[in-house]
Amino acid sequence: MKRILFGDNQFFGVNHVSDEKSRAQAIRFKEDTAILNTLDKAIESGVTTFMCTTHDRIAPLCDAIRQNPEKYDGFTMYPCLPYAHKYANAVTELGIVGTLKHYVPGNFFASIFKGGFAFVSKDYISMMELMIDAEMKMFAGINTPVIFLQNVITDLLLGLGMKDFFRAYHSYIKHKYNAEPGYITMNMPKLLDFLESAGIENPIICSSINIDGFRMSGGKDLYEHTLRNRNLRAIAMQVLSGGATPPQKAIEYICSLPGIESILFGASSKANIQETVSLIRHYDKQFQFSEL
Amino acid sequence: MIKVALIGAGKMGISHLAILGAHPEVEVVGVADTTKMVTEVLSKYTNFQCFSDYNKMIEEERPDAVVVAVPTKYHASLVEKLLNEGIHVFVEKPFCLSVNDGIALTKIATEKNLVNQVGYHNKFIGTFLEAKRLIDQGAIGEILHFSGDMNGPVVIKQKQNNWRSKPEEGGGCLMDYAAHLIDLINYLVAPIANVQGAILKSFYSGAVEDSVFSLLETENHISGVINVNWSDETFRKMSTEVTIIGTQGKIIVDATELKVYFKNEINDNTNSYKNYTRGWNIKHINDFSEEVDFYLRGEEYSAQMDHFIKAVQQRVPNHINNFESAAQTDYVIDLIRNFNN
Repeated sequence: MKRILFGDNQFFGVNHVSDEKSRAQAIRFKEDTAILNTLDKAIESGVTTFMCTTHDRIAPLCDAIRQNPEKYDGFTMYPCLPYAHKYANAVTELGIVGTLKHYVPGNFFASIFKGGFAFVSKDYISMMELMIDAEMKMFAGINTPVIFLQNVITDLLLGLGMKDFFRAYHSYIKHKYNAEPGYITMNMPKLLDFLESAGIENPIICSSINIDGFRMSGGKDLYEHTLRNRNLRAIAMQVLSGGATPPQKAIEYICSLPGIESILFGASSKANIQETVSLIRHYDKQFQFSEL
Repeated sequence: MIKVALIGAGKMGISHLAILGAHPEVEVVGVADTTKMVTEVLSKYTNFQCFSDYNKMIEEERPDAVVVAVPTKYHASLVEKLLNEGIHVFVEKPFCLSVNDGIALTKIATEKNLVNQVGYHNKFIGTFLEAKRLIDQGAIGEILHFSGDMNGPVVIKQKQNNWRSKPEEGGGCLMDYAAHLIDLINYLVAPIANVQGAILKSFYSGAVEDSVFSLLETENHISGVINVNWSDETFRKMSTEVTIIGTQGKIIVDATELKVYFKNEINDNTNSYKNYTRGWNIKHINDFSEEVDFYLRGEEYSAQMDHFIKAVQQRVPNHINNFESAAQTDYVIDLIRNFNN
């Protein structure tokens, strides 16, 4: 994984510390070209990995990337499955069974219902695989070396203790997509324990890591201890705690931590992208030298 | 360890279950749901013991506490049964379809000294708590008026046929959605006692209203207005904003941001307004949110469950979101509905 990854929250009005800013962003990125322009600015700054949800609006971006192979040579995407709000809204409307009927492709579900429950062996793992395929369709032909499970799903499965689903996800992503499975979570230390107990070693885990301890469940100390002493490939997100801390201080903290392979950030303007990138490069250099 | 069972593993139930499953002081002793597929998946892939009949679960597992997340129309009878079994109860919002049921349940819970809590999670969000603290300390002076806005993309097209679209089962924007805002205003400002105007309008749902517009008055005669619309797709998810106007300033607060305007420099003898100055003060959720042990969809969901468990353990008093306050919210819902009729 590259040291710096570009995120997509800003494009879809996701802002964790201000509803007002969310709205402004939704207006700013109304057109797909506005998103593409910002992506291009990230690329110009040397950030060539785009980590994104499977939001409907990613599909036209994928089209644009496929249509310009030279321009996007070396560009990679890290899909994050699924875009949870889509399913959450559907569950409210259709219920859990109704949502699965609606989203599981083909007549897989119909065959389950045929003949009544008692006589059919249901394979929920292959249902999950079909849903992954449906979500991954839009990325066909694009380089997606890491594929993430979104935090709402990761943390839900974690809370419910569904080890088999993690194992199944892990192996399906590896074998079907020849990619590394990754996990986004708000509960990094807990998830690492759980994945290890499921036999998943040295996993890629993306979680909130910031100087303020924001959204670091179990506490900042536990996170730091985990980064120092455990085996994982960590990605730090929400490094600016949603803009609460001055960027210098925030980035200095992240770069000073051991065990963080990549830093994920999102920004809307060229100036902000450049500022964050150069801060990371600056502090990386500083801490590398101080280690020597 | 507190032995907890869940009745109703739908959207909210499953979310509560994951939070309970991760709670270090909770042993989940059973999950009851009537949807076979749900209990089947949980039985197959988790360690939770599942039941299709909650009576059997209660009898066999004897939980200390039960989390109830079934459709609203079943709340009253189910909660009554649990209380009579001597079980502490956390029930999803809204509380009851009938105000009298809610009052009766409050009485039983109090008499039997059982912990009782309803899932109005806004009261566990840092920005709203800070707004409450400022208001209670008189930071914006005497309150003159409030306005509450709540919007989201729940019903954005013409279809939907489940209990949420049936008024007699607790469906509709007033009971299912506006309840959150009403409950929050009861808490932040003062209990609402009068309705002076109400429009309940359907945009897509037909049988139930998709919006609630109402002129209100609290028991201490503070006026206010609420605008609630669950058919607004310009909002990515539920958004709740309350504005409170006082003689000394104004507060605008939502789940992520607190904006406070003070007319004058604050005379801070008690040092309780540090970091606040004359004019606008902008604070964000990360200034207030308390760390939780396990996070799913928002700190508030873990915090409210943790509070319930602590109340069962008698480590905190049972005064946030108890049945009494939720019955008060049911009462306002009733007032608004009756005015509209």
